[in-house]
Amino acid sequence: MKADKTLDCMGFYCPLPIVKTVEKFKELKTGEILEMVGDDRGIIKDMPAWCEATGHEFLGVEEEGGEIKVYMKKTHD
Amino acid sequence: MATKEKVMTAVKEKDQEVEKENRLTIAVLSGDLERALAAFMLATTGASMGMKVSMFFTFWGLNIIKKNEGSIKSKGLMRKMLNMMNRGGSKRLKLSRFNMFGLGTWMMKGLMKETNMPSIDEFIIMAKDMGVELIGCTTTCGVMGIAPEEETFRSEVDSLSGAAYFLNLASKSKVTLFI
Repeated sequence: MKADKTLDCMGFYCPLPIVKTVEKFKELKTGEILEMVGDDRGIIKDMPAWCEATGHEFLGVEEEGGEIKVYMKKTHD
Repeated sequence: MATKEKVMTAVKEKDQEVEKENRLTIAVLSGDLERALAAFMLATTGASMGMKVSMFFTFWGLNIIKKNEGSIKSKGLMRKMLNMMNRGGSKRLKLSRFNMFGLGTWMMKGLMKETNMPSIDEFIIMAKDMGVELIGCTTTCGVMGIAPEEETFRSEVDSLSGAAYFLNLASKSKVTLFI
């Protein structure tokens, strides 16, 4: 999947990937897609939950080796 | 009978009227390292999810928000002794189990560093930056031998208050936790 920005969360556990995503989302414009790369398996469930709570769009997860890539679209400011 | 039913439904309706805000309120009674960690993980995650978060520190939880440096001022022998035995401060918290004279706590702190987990100190600053409200309980300051003054606590603490303030927040919150 093509993303506008990438966020490296390798080596970070809950709640840091979420905290960092919130920070990164501030740099994104509405409609842009963020690719978050991490290795904490918790993010597979956490990021969709975060999207549901904040109203942003969850696009999907891809797993490659030890890397988990999460795609999210900013839908509002 | 009919009037009584009417009154009852009116009371029920009024109950439902109290609208819950997207709020998370946490009462932190424990001063153990792992419980403080759990409280701050949930607080920062809640703030990330757009919730208004308040943390209310009481009893042993006051140790988490005591300042790390200097001495804690108190009047009278009993209070002074209590404060010496129970100095507190985010850097002095211990595990509730497997402390083993500090060895267990030292090992867990090492693992926290290894896994890039923020320390309680860093969590407090992070939570504050994210708009989490930190409140110290004045009532329990009394029985813990602490002067309920701002200089006892870290600068990040927003205010000191009593149980009514906490309960008012809790009644408006979608989620209330007691740790």
